[in-house]
Amino acid sequence: MNLFSLVLVGLGRNKRRTILTFLSVTVALFLFSALGGVLDTLEDSIKVGSETRLITRNAVSLVLALPPAYRERIAAVPGVEAVSYANWFGALDPNDRNGYFAQFAIDADTYLPIYRDEFEIVESSEPQAPVSLPAGFPPGLEAFMAEQTACVIGRTLMEKKGWKLGQTITLAGTIFPGDWPFTIRAVYRAKQKSFGEESMLFHWEYLNQKGMGGNGAIGWYLMALSEPGIAADVSKRIDATYENSAAPTRTETEKAFQAGFVSMYGNLPFVIRVIGLAVVFAILLVAANTMVMSFRERTTEFGVLKTLGFADATIFGIVLAEAAIITLGGGLAGTLLAKFALESSGFNFGGFLPPMTIYWTTVVLGVGMALLVGAVSGLVPAWQAARLDIVDALRRVD
Amino acid sequence: MAIPLSYNMRNIRQRPISTLTTAIGIALTVAIFIGSLSLASGFQASLIETGDDANVIVLRKGADSEIASGVDRETSNIIRANPAIAVGPSGRPLVSSEMVVVTNRDRLGQPGSSNVLVRGVDPEALELRSSVRIVEGRMFEPGTDEVIVGHRIVPRFADCEIGDRIRFQQRAFTVVGHFEAEGSAFESEIWGDNATLQPALQRGGGFQSITFRLRDRSGFAALEKELEGDPRFALQLHRESAWYADQSGLLATTIRVLGVLITVIMALGAVFGAMNTMYAAVQSRTREIATLLVLGFSPLAVMVSFMAESVLLALLGGVLGCLFALPINGIVTSTTNFASFSEVAFAFRVTPAVLLAGMIFAAGMGVVGGFLPALKAARQPLAGSLRGA
Repeated sequence: MNLFSLVLVGLGRNKRRTILTFLSVTVALFLFSALGGVLDTLEDSIKVGSETRLITRNAVSLVLALPPAYRERIAAVPGVEAVSYANWFGALDPNDRNGYFAQFAIDADTYLPIYRDEFEIVESSEPQAPVSLPAGFPPGLEAFMAEQTACVIGRTLMEKKGWKLGQTITLAGTIFPGDWPFTIRAVYRAKQKSFGEESMLFHWEYLNQKGMGGNGAIGWYLMALSEPGIAADVSKRIDATYENSAAPTRTETEKAFQAGFVSMYGNLPFVIRVIGLAVVFAILLVAANTMVMSFRERTTEFGVLKTLGFADATIFGIVLAEAAIITLGGGLAGTLLAKFALESSGFNFGGFLPPMTIYWTTVVLGVGMALLVGAVSGLVPAWQAARLDIVDALRRVD
Repeated sequence: MAIPLSYNMRNIRQRPISTLTTAIGIALTVAIFIGSLSLASGFQASLIETGDDANVIVLRKGADSEIASGVDRETSNIIRANPAIAVGPSGRPLVSSEMVVVTNRDRLGQPGSSNVLVRGVDPEALELRSSVRIVEGRMFEPGTDEVIVGHRIVPRFADCEIGDRIRFQQRAFTVVGHFEAEGSAFESEIWGDNATLQPALQRGGGFQSITFRLRDRSGFAALEKELEGDPRFALQLHRESAWYADQSGLLATTIRVLGVLITVIMALGAVFGAMNTMYAAVQSRTREIATLLVLGFSPLAVMVSFMAESVLLALLGGVLGCLFALPINGIVTSTTNFASFSEVAFAFRVTPAVLLAGMIFAAGMGVVGGFLPALKAARQPLAGSLRGA
């Protein structure tokens, strides 16, 4: 009989307790990983932002527009390969007023090619007349490009709303009042998870004519750069151009722009970290309590083992190993459950963030935490067991 | 006949370490529970108290937030003349037509920027909002390039100290005062005169909302019918208090749902721990329990007694949890209110109701965790237990 089987016998001695402790560690580590996953997802949502794309918006306020005339001058800045523009629409689905989703009015000719590596069209209507798209344009958008009131919708949003391709949906405008009919002409899938699948894209010209009286106000300009290294210089140059104009600009990389949105969550990441630590500490107490109880009940047994000639260090090791196995098992179960169950469920915080991602580093950290909990909770009983005096142990009557 | 509670009290004291570790496990869970509820109620309170029951806010029909609303000057002028509006001591009606713009401001002491609401108001705004008080400096002079700043954003954003200049496009405004508004969301805004802010922020002659005081509180329904039915404009009237409460609904509910979700999962872990402790308690007292049963206490009484012990243990955890959570009361934190797309600072509010909810939550954990062990105690096989097998 080797030492390991002794450890197993110890675990099997009170199966119910072992299982309960195992479960509480599992639950705790599940929660720890899920919370860690929220932070991972926040971090992931910044990754959608590229260092080779710049966004120029009004420096004073996001509700203030930029003049259409900026386009020419921005395009002329060296290093800018392509310029596009978009506006925030912010309408509501009158059938589902709380079912918020993002809508962007885009200049499709220039906007979609910039993002062509991040999404693909999975479903699309046939165009009524043959349409030829320019080279480098994502395929499947023929029908969308041919119709001013057409829109493209993310796959997840389609499923959530139960919309069908070719259907005409009517949104209630808030910033731009009125009823806005759109015909769904294509459905996209995100090639990169962080691109998100819950947005709607439609023609900027539709918004310009129906909502802005043709004044051409631009929400933000989007630029593709030839190389990331020049982002800072180009940004400075654009902002300097308009510094003393009626509409000063703020230009930053798309990544920094996204990071700004994440910073809007304020102290949330800090709160999540505090909760995660509290969970681990609470579970440490539960595990430690179990180990102490388990040791107390077995005082006589340890006395016998010692009489048989087991060294103090061996006893110490056995108790510690028992604790470590419970917490390691629970830790693995909890973190892996979180990783696979949550990631496959596609939980996305009601559309505020991309679908949940849990990094492997978070899983490893969780398992490490579980081992640490095992070591700490086993330490006191192991030390007590090792120091136990044989005479006292054998004399003791429960 | 019931077994006296003092029996359980003594038992709990018997194993102080075990009791304490289990109780602290429960306490941490309760503390997180209270923490998330007080965060939600703090956020909600900051917006609810923004509104006054006697005030009415008018927005464009269908607008779900001030920033998505628009009311033109002509409409504003017609409404100002309405006889249902109360008149202030100066003889002018208590109305403030307000322009609301989300502006991008640099943070203080750290890189990055965030959104702050700028509100252009009429001179009557302060009289209309009795909660708003200047705490430092003075009120802005109407018609000049002066603004006052809510005291909650002073430490968080650049250029908010008195004497600092805030630039909007080509015009700079001087900060002349800081104001407070009983913890409401106004404390996270910048206020100035419509007459100067509107041109600076290119807001033409339009407003986002009109707020006025009712001459007679009960006149709301009649006025609502009159204005919303008026074919000249498409407006919607809200009582100011109801409007702001509504604005906080989504985020507060999200915080609550997530908080409860997290704590329920955490509670599962804590309940498993409590079950361990209670099973150990039942096991070590096998003979004692058998004796109680032999003495004539019914199995039900034994079960109730052990349940009571479990609940007592959990309530001890609950009290500790409340104590852990109390220090967060009043801590100011901030988040973006997605309804207005700007940052709102607010304080955690550990209210008696929240504490009570925490205690009930703890008791619930005690009941769930104690049930199976108590059942085991009540179903003790007598003969074997007494023999000490």
